[in-house]
Amino acid sequence: MAAINWFRFASPASFYPLAGKLTGLFGWVAVLLAIAGLYVGFVIAPTDAQQGESYRIIFIHVPAAWMAMFIYVVIAFWSVFSLALNARLPSMMAQALAPTGALFAFIALWTGAFWGRPTWGTYWVWDARLTSTLVLLFLYLGLIALRSGIDDPRRADRACALLALVGVVNVPIIYFSVRWWNTLHQGATISMSAAPKMAQTMLTAMLLMTFSAWAYAIAAALHRVRTIIIEREALTDWVGRLVNPVQRQRQP
Amino acid sequence: MRPSSSPEPASALAALTWACSRDLRIALRHRGEVALVLVFFLLVGSMFPLAMAPDPGLLRAIAPGIAWVSALLATLLSLPRLFAADHADGTLEQLLLAPAPLAALLAGKVLAHWLTTAAPLVLLSGLAGLQFDLDPEDIAILALSLLLGTPLLTWLGAISAALTLGARGGSTLLGLLVLPLAVPVLIFGAGSVEAASVGLGAEAHLSLLAAGSILASMVGPATLSLAVRIAFE
Repeated sequence: MAAINWFRFASPASFYPLAGKLTGLFGWVAVLLAIAGLYVGFVIAPTDAQQGESYRIIFIHVPAAWMAMFIYVVIAFWSVFSLALNARLPSMMAQALAPTGALFAFIALWTGAFWGRPTWGTYWVWDARLTSTLVLLFLYLGLIALRSGIDDPRRADRACALLALVGVVNVPIIYFSVRWWNTLHQGATISMSAAPKMAQTMLTAMLLMTFSAWAYAIAAALHRVRTIIIEREALTDWVGRLVNPVQRQRQP
Repeated sequence: MRPSSSPEPASALAALTWACSRDLRIALRHRGEVALVLVFFLLVGSMFPLAMAPDPGLLRAIAPGIAWVSALLATLLSLPRLFAADHADGTLEQLLLAPAPLAALLAGKVLAHWLTTAAPLVLLSGLAGLQFDLDPEDIAILALSLLLGTPLLTWLGAISAALTLGARGGSTLLGLLVLPLAVPVLIFGAGSVEAASVGLGAEAHLSLLAAGSILASMVGPATLSLAVRIAFE
């Protein structure tokens, strides 16, 4: 019986109201955690001995970079369901997550450049991490572009799902190839993996911001998926009642 | 393709050879189209010295990268040829309905495409190497890296080409899909020559390229047939 309860929400019609409630919940969680995280990060956390105040950008940069990678894996997860079960909702979730992933990849690159200028003395270095994040951004843009290039939504669903799966196999390969390429080209002038031990408050702020970014990603994706559901199911009865209840009731 | 004149492919191997020989025959009758890709490869390579100071040392250092980027762009340019004409005249749909394994038919098409596009590039890379004054050993490794890396590139490109069949954005969209996925091939391909020239040995890079190509040839046919089926939904 439990299985039936799970599949209940696989239908866009019954998922739509649930997504609405969850959007509000996760949205508020994101806001509260962000306020707490930014307060700890920008007011309580001590100034870094080596980097001064500029290090504080990592409270946005690191969560964004983590989420950019994580969301691609989540898209691949939904893509498996989309291809295997030929279901609509997983494809819609994958579609809804892609812009948020691209946004986080962009934020990670942008804040990284702002942090790199005072710290490394340059906006951009061909560091393994930067380069693979850039490639990740292009992968997201490819997904979004393929989606908008195909008019039939069901075909676009399956094409994007297959592309996401090919991409997710490639992501670790890209990461390691870029790392190898980087070590061959230039010595490891900058290494963040051997960072000095982080103060407790800094870690707290970073974790708060990470959970905030996570909650934001869920809220944004659910909000977007609601729009997608309405758009795709526009011709169904339940959307008709939802959009224009009075007019529908008058019709016999 | 007239049904009456086409043989009835039964086994996977027969289907593969049939599809491959058909595409090779078509390529043979449109030699200009095949030659265009090769001319494009040499042309792109020749643009780089014009865009910078023709310092032999500098050119020698960037030659492997230029050769690989040119090969990547030439492959990209040739990819629409793989399915577009067959898609337009309905041949691809007939292949889908044919009583032969689709994966084998598509593998034959990909093999023919590799033979008519990438294999000539391997031979032409020697000429590009001479343009950039590479050592004979480096030219040999460059050609070998192209030989081992281009099958993987062709499979990635074929899957992307099938996904973008009939999509708006055409070859630009195809480039956006293929180029990020091709990053590892580019790194290991150009890296092999560089590693050899600094005395590190190219074996590791070449082994990885070969491993990638073998893996792609194993999972490629099934993935590609799924991609082609999606295009006809």
